Amino acid sequence: MEARERLPAFEQTVLPHLDAAHNLARWLAGNDQDAQDVVQEACLRAFKFFGGFRGDNPRAWLLAIVRNTFYTWLRQNRPAIPTVELDDAALEVADPAAAGEALQTRQADAETVRRAIAALPVEFREIIVLREMEAMSYKDIAILADLPIGTVMSRLARARKLLQKQLAREYQTGGPS
Amino acid sequence: MNCEQARPLLAAYVDGELDTVRMLEMEGHLPACPACTRAVRELQQLQQSLRQESLYHPAPAALRRNVLAELSAQARPEPKPAFWSWFRLVPALSGAMVVCLAALLAVTLNRPSGHEQLTAEIVSSHIRSLMANHALDVVSTDQHTVKPWFNGRVDFAPPVKDLAAQGFPLIGGRLDYLHHRTVAALVFQRNKHIINVFLWPGSEKNSAPSLDSVRQGFNLIHWNQGGMTCWAISDLNPTELLEFTRDFAL
Repeated sequence: MEARERLPAFEQTVLPHLDAAHNLARWLAGNDQDAQDVVQEACLRAFKFFGGFRGDNPRAWLLAIVRNTFYTWLRQNRPAIPTVELDDAALEVADPAAAGEALQTRQADAETVRRAIAALPVEFREIIVLREMEAMSYKDIAILADLPIGTVMSRLARARKLLQKQLAREYQTGGPS
Repeated sequence: MNCEQARPLLAAYVDGELDTVRMLEMEGHLPACPACTRAVRELQQLQQSLRQESLYHPAPAALRRNVLAELSAQARPEPKPAFWSWFRLVPALSGAMVVCLAALLAVTLNRPSGHEQLTAEIVSSHIRSLMANHALDVVSTDQHTVKPWFNGRVDFAPPVKDLAAQGFPLIGGRLDYLHHRTVAALVFQRNKHIINVFLWPGSEKNSAPSLDSVRQGFNLIHWNQGGMTCWAISDLNPTELLEFTRDFAL
């Protein structure tokens, strides 16, 4: 299909998910400019490959491209920052029950949550964004991130524990309580 | 379902990822288990915290515009290369141009000029006419036979004169090809010397016959008369040949 004929279909199918694309890129990249660069590049890639798109989940398809574009960008622009070692020891967190009281009855304020998400290793951050903000199923996340579904579940569990721990710490140390 | 079985499934329960059987089992377990119930509420609370609208980063309008602009540009038919992009080829092209220029120069230097080429053709034509008795298409000493013969063969009427009285009898005429066109050739004789006169429409300005050049032992005389470009060539000596052409041009 010619690029000219492809554009209207692309606008109708893929571009409605530009918000999701930007949200993911913004949380992964951590700043506005890099996020926009990643999304722009990802959209061009998506348009290029749109002729081969046969799926029924254009949002997951676009987000997968955003994710790949981001990691390519990350390797090129921040080669010094190592990706996190996903060893279990690093993920040992205190029993949420110990800190749970502070979180049980009310919603944490946005700024505190923002800091907690930003502090997560990128591999956990993307799972949180995809699951909690985009409400994607385990299966879609597994396909999107090219991970076994069990890994998606364990990373999600660990990410949540880290967030709960972080939020509990914030609220115990002079946070808005 | 007991606590040990329920604990690993709590997240999947909150995320709505349990199958119906497990979900019913979980809902049977939770009212009886404060620890699991609390864990579920904490997960739900975290979920709500993460789903606050202010944490979501929708695409800025400018990004949307830029993306659309880029895509529209991509969707346009193959754009012509920008003017400046040609300059990337400068190093390669300059090399190629030097080669081309050198080749062109070599060809130009080797190529005879218009005049050189013409006189060479005249000489060749004259020699051919001597070699194989091809001198004449119309054999006649009568100018009134020769002149009409050219009618319909060339798009002009060449002046034909019989100069027998001056010692240059007309012996005939033929068509020839010179200077990228069909020309009239008149053949005269002086003793055993053959004189070819080539004529075709040319300059309107008359000019007196003059010795143009000597090539391969042949004398070439050029003049213009009555809108015709005229060349005479012969192995006859230049003095007699000039005499002939002056008689012809009268």
